[in-house]
Amino acid sequence: MNNSVSNTARLLGAGLRALIVLTVLCGVLYPLAVTGVAQAVFPARANGSEIKDEDGRTVGSSLIGQTYNLPERNPDDPDEAAKPDLKWFQPRPSNGLGSNSVNTQYALILSGATNKAADNPDLVKLVQDAKAAVVADNTTKSYKVAPRDVPADAVTSSGSGLDPHISPAYAELQVHRVAERNDLGVGQVEKLVADHTEGRMLGFMGEPRVNVLELNTALKALVAKG
Amino acid sequence: MSPEIAGVLQLLALTAALALAYRPLGDYMARVYSSEKHWKPEKWIYKAIGADPSTQMRWPAYLRGVLAFSAVGVVFLYGLQRLQGSLPGSLGFASIDPDQAFNTAASFVANTNWQSYYGEQAMGHVVQTGGLAVQNFVSAAVGMAVAVALVRGFARSRTGELGNFWSDLVRGTVRILLPIAVVGALVLVACGAIQNFAGIHEVGQFTGGTQQWNGGAVASQEAIKELGTNGGGYFNANSAHPFENPTPLSNLFEVFLILVIPFALTRTFGRMVGNLRQGYAILATMGIIWVAFTGLMMWTEFAHHGPALQAAGGAMEGKETRFGIAGSSIFAVATTLTSTGAVNSFHSSYTGLGGGITLLGMQLGEIAPGGVGSGLYGMLIMAIIAVFIAGLMVGRTPEYLGKKIGTREIKLAACYILITPALVLCFTAAAMALPTPGDSMSNPGAHGFSEILYAYTSGANNNGSAFAGLSADTQWFNSTIGIAMLLGRFLPIVFVLALAGSLAEQRPVPATAGTLRTDKPLYAGLLVGTIVIITGLTYFPALALGPLAEGLAS
Repeated sequence: MNNSVSNTARLLGAGLRALIVLTVLCGVLYPLAVTGVAQAVFPARANGSEIKDEDGRTVGSSLIGQTYNLPERNPDDPDEAAKPDLKWFQPRPSNGLGSNSVNTQYALILSGATNKAADNPDLVKLVQDAKAAVVADNTTKSYKVAPRDVPADAVTSSGSGLDPHISPAYAELQVHRVAERNDLGVGQVEKLVADHTEGRMLGFMGEPRVNVLELNTALKALVAKG
Repeated sequence: MSPEIAGVLQLLALTAALALAYRPLGDYMARVYSSEKHWKPEKWIYKAIGADPSTQMRWPAYLRGVLAFSAVGVVFLYGLQRLQGSLPGSLGFASIDPDQAFNTAASFVANTNWQSYYGEQAMGHVVQTGGLAVQNFVSAAVGMAVAVALVRGFARSRTGELGNFWSDLVRGTVRILLPIAVVGALVLVACGAIQNFAGIHEVGQFTGGTQQWNGGAVASQEAIKELGTNGGGYFNANSAHPFENPTPLSNLFEVFLILVIPFALTRTFGRMVGNLRQGYAILATMGIIWVAFTGLMMWTEFAHHGPALQAAGGAMEGKETRFGIAGSSIFAVATTLTSTGAVNSFHSSYTGLGGGITLLGMQLGEIAPGGVGSGLYGMLIMAIIAVFIAGLMVGRTPEYLGKKIGTREIKLAACYILITPALVLCFTAAAMALPTPGDSMSNPGAHGFSEILYAYTSGANNNGSAFAGLSADTQWFNSTIGIAMLLGRFLPIVFVLALAGSLAEQRPVPATAGTLRTDKPLYAGLLVGTIVIITGLTYFPALALGPLAEGLAS
């Protein structure tokens, strides 16, 4: 009995020493080495692919989607529904985003999806409401949007809630509205969208897409130029 | 080009990349586990452990090594989370509650990486890199070690010796996982994944004001998370988060990392038993199931049945624009046919049948190609069942790779295939029968049941993905899923090592005209059929109540 207790203790000791050595190797040396090389070779990417506008002000990351809403009317009302600022191209909905509830000293955004099922009536309503809003917002005097023209990405939330892209179809659908709100020609805005449309990598990887932050940053520069 | 054709081309490109890596990696791994030589740094490690890496272990000793190392891992990781609030470098994040810390410790040691916490608001740098990422390496190395011990059981005869656990653990980590992870992490940084030790910092926004971001060693964790088929995300959104998986290229690369070792291990197996064709038969079985599942997934997602998806005009809920439906479907199948559980899109919002495919993938036992190591040993158990069934048909004592499959062997194999379904179905039934667990469901109807079935399927099979609407951070789910993960990982390992021991002791039986050829397409077909029938009979009633009910109604 005594023997088996001491054998077990010896074995657990060996396990602990193995874990400590491997922790130093895989949990300290490995991440530090990768960080060192990453910071030396790809510093911008390793630090979040931040982009700046014409004035040199950091406007965010090209990888992280943002919202383009009007300022809140009443900052003290947490339930006030955000209204999109229709001057700017709008991103996908992000109904799955959460807010920090554990370490409340931070105002972190919690990435996430809605996780609502395809047959969930709440999701059906979210999609229908989003579609109605897209149709209403983007219909101008000279341009009528039909519900069937609205692409799926415009009315669904992404997996991360931080999707930086929209489909080219959704960008094109917003062109007339954006042109009208910024007193630009439709042709000018169409060209802007075309310049910021990314095809599939090597022709087959991923889906064609438009980066909303990059597009809006370029739009802002165009508006400033007049 | 239509999205469907682009999807097929992505699948072909992935297959080509896996095929290119298959021979060199498979042969290399066979050499790693067969070589008599120890590298110099490895000798230092053995010295620190206080173990002689050249001692041969019989199966009980090998098993004791696995269990002792894993038990220490659980306790260490539990303690690290409980102390997080007092550790430096934790960004001021608080300590984790006991039930959640147990769940997370069990989860990462069992190679599951089920997460009932939100990565970006719960875990600081120390726990992420010093605790969770370390288990990403070593839990994978343990899986490979057990698989190699089983292969040695087939390859050796008239000895009970299965190798040395410490040597297999260290070699798997140092010679296989670390080098590939370093390269993989740098590829991911080149695509845009972040890799820094910044704290939580403010970054300007387009409309004015700032947003707060986490820094972190994300790329280094992402690489081993996929390569070791772990799946625990740095961020809550896992591989859907642009900092973890920034481009369509990084997406396919991550799927490649998930699949490369499990597939290549069939070559290692063929090499080590001295008959490459045996490895190809196993590979073919895995490949057939993987391609069929991916095809079915793309078909149902592109068809987008379900009222909300019909209203939207496409199954884009929970999916990222850059990956689209094809890139998401490929990832979802790879992650549930292995024990990974990383997600680049949220399975809960898939079509009813698409969600069913992810569930069924895990319920097959994650063997096509399965987790690193666990996929191979799970498939070899199925291979034994298949020769047993074939033996019954002709009334002969079945053999596999020159070893008789007798009473003891088939009992151990049967125990192996019964344990996970028993855990899944009993815990699901208990959760449904008790008054409170159902409160955690977030969707009505059949899908609510699917959330709970998915949680225990994922836990007991060591997958880690979720129908994530379920509020799993309750004492009930943290405790029961934690238990399911530990039992679902280590009981099968007990049976596998016992089986390996009894195979290694046998003397080989010469092949005769009556021996079933297990290196032929006929046998691969039999094996696919066995897998589908066994899983189907076990889980059909549960699947009918959940995803089938949802999928067929819409």
